[in-house]
Amino acid sequence: MTLDLSLLPSGGVQWLDASGEHADIVLSTRIRLARNVEGYAFASRARDGERLRVLAQVRDAIPGVTGSDDGVMLRVDEMEAGERLLLHERHLVSRELAGLDAQHPVRSGAAVFLARQSSIMINEEDHLRLQSLRSGFAVSEAFSEVEAIDREIGARVPYAYHPEFGYLTACPTNTGTGLRASVLIHLPGLVLTKEIGKVLAGLQQMGLTYRGLYGEGSEVVGNFFQMSNQTTLGRSEEELLDHLVRVVRHVVEREEESRRVLLRDAGYIIEDKLWRAYGTLRYARSLTFEEAMNFLSGVRLAVGLNLIAGLSVYTLNKLLIFSQSAHLAYTAGRALTENEANLARAKFVRKALAEEPDK
Amino acid sequence: MVCDVCKEGDVVIDLTQVEGAEVRHLRLCEKCAAERGVETSLVVPKQQVTELLQSVHQHMPAASDDAARCTFCSSTLRDFRSSGRLGCPHCYSAFEKSLRELLRRVHGNSRHVGHRYVAPSEGDVERSVTAGELRDRLQRAIESEQFEMAADIRDKLRGLE
Ligand SMILES: [Zn+2]
Ligand SMILES: [Zn+2]
Repeated sequence: MTLDLSLLPSGGVQWLDASGEHADIVLSTRIRLARNVEGYAFASRARDGERLRVLAQVRDAIPGVTGSDDGVMLRVDEMEAGERLLLHERHLVSRELAGLDAQHPVRSGAAVFLARQSSIMINEEDHLRLQSLRSGFAVSEAFSEVEAIDREIGARVPYAYHPEFGYLTACPTNTGTGLRASVLIHLPGLVLTKEIGKVLAGLQQMGLTYRGLYGEGSEVVGNFFQMSNQTTLGRSEEELLDHLVRVVRHVVEREEESRRVLLRDAGYIIEDKLWRAYGTLRYARSLTFEEAMNFLSGVRLAVGLNLIAGLSVYTLNKLLIFSQSAHLAYTAGRALTENEANLARAKFVRKALAEEPDK
Repeated sequence: MVCDVCKEGDVVIDLTQVEGAEVRHLRLCEKCAAERGVETSLVVPKQQVTELLQSVHQHMPAASDDAARCTFCSSTLRDFRSSGRLGCPHCYSAFEKSLRELLRRVHGNSRHVGHRYVAPSEGDVERSVTAGELRDRLQRAIESEQFEMAADIRDKLRGLE
């Protein structure tokens, strides 16, 4: 593997630092704007030459973006599959840009520009996906950053824009503002109290949708949910964001409430179960990814309830990312079989927890 | 794999529930997930977009946009219906009526009220259509058997060279 992640600003993982509002419940906030360059077919219909010209045009515009000096441009189309998976596991590129699905192989001209807390995916479904990714619940910070990037790129690269429909995108579900704001949120209390179904149904009625931790797929692993606005047209960016903030605040309150109920009605049962999860992570010799995620969910809840002290949310965040297969392979310096990965995962988790003794 | 509840439907979502060290799975089919208020996807799936488009067409007078073809990328509405993705920004004008109705169904509204964009003036961009771009368009027109369009593009190319 030739990709050196240490060259990325903050390793591309500043969003794990557990700063920001409600960081134990809301892991991260991501805001993206979908944009296309006037004069070319959209990325999936474009020919190789068109995508390469889009890439060149955007590359020329990037030095004009404030804070772009220490950013790095990576040609995703020139990477091996393992490296592309690594970037995806780190939440730096989408599945589509990384070409991880057999029916959507990586496109020529696929690239990503990575700065400290923002990134630009080039030749994804749309020519440009401008993103800001922040730790915790930080919608307005993330939006002002991505808005500034949009302004600076848009002043140099002509966007496809229609006076009635707004920003034009390959899929009509993104047309208008092109804005998708999502928060990654941990809701074990609502799952344990079985309130989650109601909460999720309520979300839909309020125009929000959710999916599991890793996007396109539908699995919800480790009680992590990604919640986003569903529509992008007919409301301003500010209205869309205000609405999301209000709904997410409400969900956070419901989660806190259900945690109180759990402690009150089943205190010692919960405490016992969460310590067992901790014990397994602390001493197991082999862990599948799913097991690790689910036990980490339990330990995260224990830390949120102050049942386990001395363990930081930052460490738990890092474990979520670094215990994934491509990351374990990256650390080992070679490809790992499933069994080897399970052993390496358990070892990695044990070591991280041993470094932060519980109190 | 079949649904844990009705034992019939195909599983579309696997809800993982953690109770401390205990991990439980609830694998649900689309119908049972919906009954529990569990949405199984985030973006409107491609299929749903194309279904919406079909229903839009059923309610529109015949011969509206269906014969239309985007003069920039040579896509047709049929292409859009099968892929769920438009070919280029000009498709929005080529299929304006159908898209306006589709956007209204998807978003509840078809009028953008967010930030208004002012494109940089020519001087700031200094970009004119290059021969390479025209060759790409020419190729696409030939592949979709749009020979008249191809001839037009060929003339433009000659003009450049
Ligand atoms: Zn069922
Ligand atoms: Zn078109």
